[in-house]
Amino acid sequence: MNDMTPEDYTTADGRKIGGVVMEMKNITLRFGGVVAIKDISFDIRQGEIRAIIGPNGAGKSSMLNVISGFYNPQEGEVWYKGTRRPPMKPFQVAQQGIARTFQNIALFEGMTVLDNVMTGRIREMKAGLFSQAIWKGKAEREEVENRAVVEKVIDFLEIQHIRKTPVGRLPYGLKKRVELARALAAEPSILLLDEPMAGMNVEEKEDMSRFILDVNDEFGTTIALIEHDMGVVMDLSDRVVVMDYGKKIGDGTPDEVRNNQAVIDAYLGVAHD
Amino acid sequence: MPEQLIWGMEVFLNGLMSGVLYALVALGFVLIFKASGIFNYAQGVMALFAALTLVGIMEGQVPFSHLINAIFGTEVHHFGWHVPALLAILLTMVVMVAMAWVVNQLIFRHLVNQEPIILFMATIGLAYFLEGFGDMMWGSDIKKLDVGLPQGLNPFIDEVTYNIFGYGFFIDNLDIVATVVAALLVVVLVIFAQYSKQGRAMRAVADDHQAALSVGISLNFIWVMVWSLAGFVALVAGIMWGTKSGVQFSLSLIALKALPVLMLGGFTSIPGAIVGGLIIGVGEKVFEFAIGAPYLGGATEIWFAYVLALIFLVFRPQGLFGEKIIERV
Repeated sequence: MNDMTPEDYTTADGRKIGGVVMEMKNITLRFGGVVAIKDISFDIRQGEIRAIIGPNGAGKSSMLNVISGFYNPQEGEVWYKGTRRPPMKPFQVAQQGIARTFQNIALFEGMTVLDNVMTGRIREMKAGLFSQAIWKGKAEREEVENRAVVEKVIDFLEIQHIRKTPVGRLPYGLKKRVELARALAAEPSILLLDEPMAGMNVEEKEDMSRFILDVNDEFGTTIALIEHDMGVVMDLSDRVVVMDYGKKIGDGTPDEVRNNQAVIDAYLGVAHD
Repeated sequence: MPEQLIWGMEVFLNGLMSGVLYALVALGFVLIFKASGIFNYAQGVMALFAALTLVGIMEGQVPFSHLINAIFGTEVHHFGWHVPALLAILLTMVVMVAMAWVVNQLIFRHLVNQEPIILFMATIGLAYFLEGFGDMMWGSDIKKLDVGLPQGLNPFIDEVTYNIFGYGFFIDNLDIVATVVAALLVVVLVIFAQYSKQGRAMRAVADDHQAALSVGISLNFIWVMVWSLAGFVALVAGIMWGTKSGVQFSLSLIALKALPVLMLGGFTSIPGAIVGGLIIGVGEKVFEFAIGAPYLGGATEIWFAYVLALIFLVFRPQGLFGEKIIERV
């Protein structure tokens, strides 16, 4: 079932997909007696949009939390850029260039949009406290460079008009976009999106889909996303992993997955005789 | 000019000066509250502990000498050397940073995501532990602290005011130094919090732990940093208060005076701590002078600050400068 294309290839719409950046090998995650993820393996390739889908409680978010270091699996290996990753704290994973958003939005509500997006650059700021204190040389150069990246992201996601607004005042849809901007500002090698379209209306969903596609197209960012809405996922992604009750029941292109009997059963239910 | 008014002006000025000292303690509270949402009840005791340690190091006291003598039957009290003030201050700062690390490692690291009330209780425990620990380490007698700050009547102000009003104001040199130091401290802290990488990370951690982790901020690093900063502010406050009224255990009680200051200024605002401190300082002195002493039998300074804070709480719960409470329904 796995997509076995060995070398780089180009998609129908002309995007280049490279080799494997991240590989999950036989991941098992338990909370006490509950098995949230059971022996799952899959990979994420350079430049692709990889979706993880499944019904409620399938373990999708747990999987994302394993990738971003919020959970450490009891069994299995995480390989990133060709080396095995030891158990890590979330902030260390972030420093390695894996940025994420949250299902329930985790923004700094008291800070402005601009400040929020600037925090995405924190791992790029290396000037010492002393240099910052006198605000010369390295610190100043860094601030200018970081600001340039941030402004580009803000422009790209069309949130210029709210850049000085405290995030706490924004409506839900815009908050989601600011969170995406903060993750993007880190110029991540992998961008993890936890239900980017959850709770949105149709129009907002279309906007968000367009942004995700544009980000991938424009910056070549590798994206792994979790989504509930089958329709959205099928349009967006290059390859899809389907989970159900913590197990992987499908993996492949949207077309392959759509015609997979196990997937159809999981989504539509099967008659138990 | 009527005598009453001139005296009133002197009282006002003295109020400002004592307000600065309240503000110094309040600053430490604000720092920790901003970065970790913890209301650090131990801030006053930290100031006391810093001052005790400073005196101890300067005078070459042997730490835990009572304990050592009791166990080994020896009679050691002093190393017999004197450490210069500046070096002693540096050494004390090292002790405060070490303490920040230990406090985070042993207590607050394990209380991530706990209710604020639990964290508050932990700081109460810390306060009383630290008070006892300071006592055990350096002894409980009142100590004189002199790091070479100017003290006593400022002759210049005395002379100028005498020439204008025919009555010389008594303004303590130490209060003037404290004011300058506090002003500097605020400027540095505000710039640090607003523009430095660590400051931005500090505000981020205060706002949302999960989000901070996801952009690559180490919570432990920030917390140790913040507790060290609070230790530094405590040291400054300890030096000022200690020089003014001697290093004694009642020093930890000034922490309680910082409470109304914070209610006034807002728990999250560094400038608010200063302005709140000044208002309380001036308010209680002027009230005592104008109303308290002549009509109410005096001693109004003890409770005036709290009443003022209560009034503020009713009309502006976030304080003068606190972050607006934004809630979308």
